[in-house]
Amino acid sequence: MSESPQLLSGDEAIALAALHAGVRLGTGYPGTPSTEILETFDRLGGRAQWSPNEKVALEVGLGAAFGGARTLVTMKHVGLNVAADPLFTATYTDLAGGLVLVSADDPGMASSQNEQDNRHYARAAAVPMLEPIDSQQAYDLTLLAFEISERWQIPVILRITTRVCHSKTIVRPGATPHLAPEPDFARNIPSRVMIPAYAKPAHRRLREKIAAIAAWNDAQGPHQIFDGGSALGIIATGIAAVHAREAAPQARLLTIGMTHPLPLETIRRFAAGCDRLVVLEEGDPVLVEALGAAGIPAEGKPESFRFGELSVQRVRRILAHDQTPEPVPPKGKPPELCQGCSHRGVFEVLRDMNCIVAGDIGCYTLGVLPPFQAMDTCVCMGASIGVGLGLRHVLPEEQARRVVSVIGDSTFVHSGITGLAEMVYNPPKTGHVVMILDNGTTAMTGQQEHPGTGRTLHHDPTGKICFEDLARAMGVQNVHVVHFQSEEGTLERLLKDLLTRSETSLVVARQPCVLAAPKIRFYEKAAADRLQAACPSQLADD
Amino acid sequence: MNNVTNIVIAGLGGQGVLKASDILADAAFRAGFDVKKSELHGMSQRGGSVSSDVRFGEQVWSPMVPAGEADVLVVLEETQVEINRGVLRPGGALIGPDLIGPNVLKTRKSLNVALLGALSALLEIPQEHWDAAIHANLETKLHTLNEQAFALGRAAAAQRVTPA
Repeated sequence: MSESPQLLSGDEAIALAALHAGVRLGTGYPGTPSTEILETFDRLGGRAQWSPNEKVALEVGLGAAFGGARTLVTMKHVGLNVAADPLFTATYTDLAGGLVLVSADDPGMASSQNEQDNRHYARAAAVPMLEPIDSQQAYDLTLLAFEISERWQIPVILRITTRVCHSKTIVRPGATPHLAPEPDFARNIPSRVMIPAYAKPAHRRLREKIAAIAAWNDAQGPHQIFDGGSALGIIATGIAAVHAREAAPQARLLTIGMTHPLPLETIRRFAAGCDRLVVLEEGDPVLVEALGAAGIPAEGKPESFRFGELSVQRVRRILAHDQTPEPVPPKGKPPELCQGCSHRGVFEVLRDMNCIVAGDIGCYTLGVLPPFQAMDTCVCMGASIGVGLGLRHVLPEEQARRVVSVIGDSTFVHSGITGLAEMVYNPPKTGHVVMILDNGTTAMTGQQEHPGTGRTLHHDPTGKICFEDLARAMGVQNVHVVHFQSEEGTLERLLKDLLTRSETSLVVARQPCVLAAPKIRFYEKAAADRLQAACPSQLADD
Repeated sequence: MNNVTNIVIAGLGGQGVLKASDILADAAFRAGFDVKKSELHGMSQRGGSVSSDVRFGEQVWSPMVPAGEADVLVVLEETQVEINRGVLRPGGALIGPDLIGPNVLKTRKSLNVALLGALSALLEIPQEHWDAAIHANLETKLHTLNEQAFALGRAAAAQRVTPA
């Protein structure tokens, strides 16, 4: 099959490739800049679902791959921290179907809390890693990743960055649709049950796989050489490769598609033909250090370029040894909570009550900015509850009684439930108050569904987790819901009361996201209409 | 790289900056150019500054317009003009929101497409490709409104484009 060219984002290109690769299941958790991959895969007709968090997404994907299905698992860079536990042992196992894990990194932190470089995971967990430079490569390398995954029965990471995810470039889809065999369970206990007796030989097998993949990468890996003069040679990965091509069209350029394990002999030959060799990579000096360790000396970038994205101008500076201070772009208008956003009222109350607020990841993190400045900590998904409890345990009573944990609905499902278990199990002397800001959607990433909305990724009705029932069942002493229709002052009076008690409390502040509300009404009506069409008599009395 | 045309579109979240750059990139793509378009999503719905780069020509490498190399800067919000002016090359053109008077459009929501109309006067992309791109990127019920906005912008540009 050869489709006509399309202008696609990197995320869209990966989804299209997944469809052409015969992926039977896509799993993931929303996170900028990865979210659009599964949404597009769903729109193209693929089967995709949001998991409660990245760890579960990878585990579901692993099960599907054990069952012989090609599987795509997507997440943002920090999501891989959550999924790291299954990842580090999944590499020891032998898969039946291909498993490609997409890690979308965010150098420059366009919408993230850190700029960790997930290339470290490839080495740490011994996972093959592919890094596209544009949407065409995002498409091609996704297909290649499935082939590698199945040939060596190992998960493969496709590492993309914000610029590759969200830039649109032309893609010529060339794949013949992959006709995968029907999933069928074949028992293989020593390669799937990682008790020490089986894991010890499995670790040796893993290292043999990586060595074989390294040899393959040298022989026929997805690297590319652009000819140029011998005066300057550049080795580049990811988006840095296209910046390099533009900044130094006269240079010889080697772009490396598979960055772990490296095609070291290819690099060694390339290096031998260059008078000056420069490595261009965003983030940490991972590649340049690996080359140094392999006895291939190359220039890296100065430390200041570890921070933020690279660009054509920055690459020109690196190549010119220009160490003068970079111009600081004028500051734009920062984002803010929408007019009419339900979080606004909550943060006004928390500010006016001078609460110490352990916050979390989501739109509501904007509560830290004026005019609220009502957030004191924000570290990672779910941390609000644990951090709030830690503060309560050690602070003097007057301060401890002002500590409130604030978490969004999707974030609560992602990794707040274990925090609630901790609160019930190790309650501080002064008790604690957790607030779930339930706006009925994963708002920050573009209004995705989650197990608390009762709708699937495709917005069809499914099982729904009720936070207040869950909290009561777990043994939280006071459970309250404050609706947006509640009369003014309700939330403030309730919080004042709960903060004086030495008990565990959960307050669900419930109001749909103003941006999502029309869509939520649409999905609810569609579900009701379908139900009525299927069973008219049941609703006749309503 | 001097055969590459560099356009930057800027404004605030919710104004349709990304939609405008989608239409521009699509029109250039339909006209047969190599095209790259780049921006950062994420916080953009929350009312903050947004900008999007569109580059087209025979062959485009980086998807980002280097500072000081934009041929045209299109700005949808007056407060965003100064902070983005640095992207323009010397002699580059600025198309600002004041090009379209306050009551000229049926709805200010179509300012993004009106300014694309103004931009079109400076580019060699045939009208048919603009029409097709507008149709492909907007809901059917919005086509007529936006075609009118585009034509208004194009006419306004014929009279005046602010020199940078």
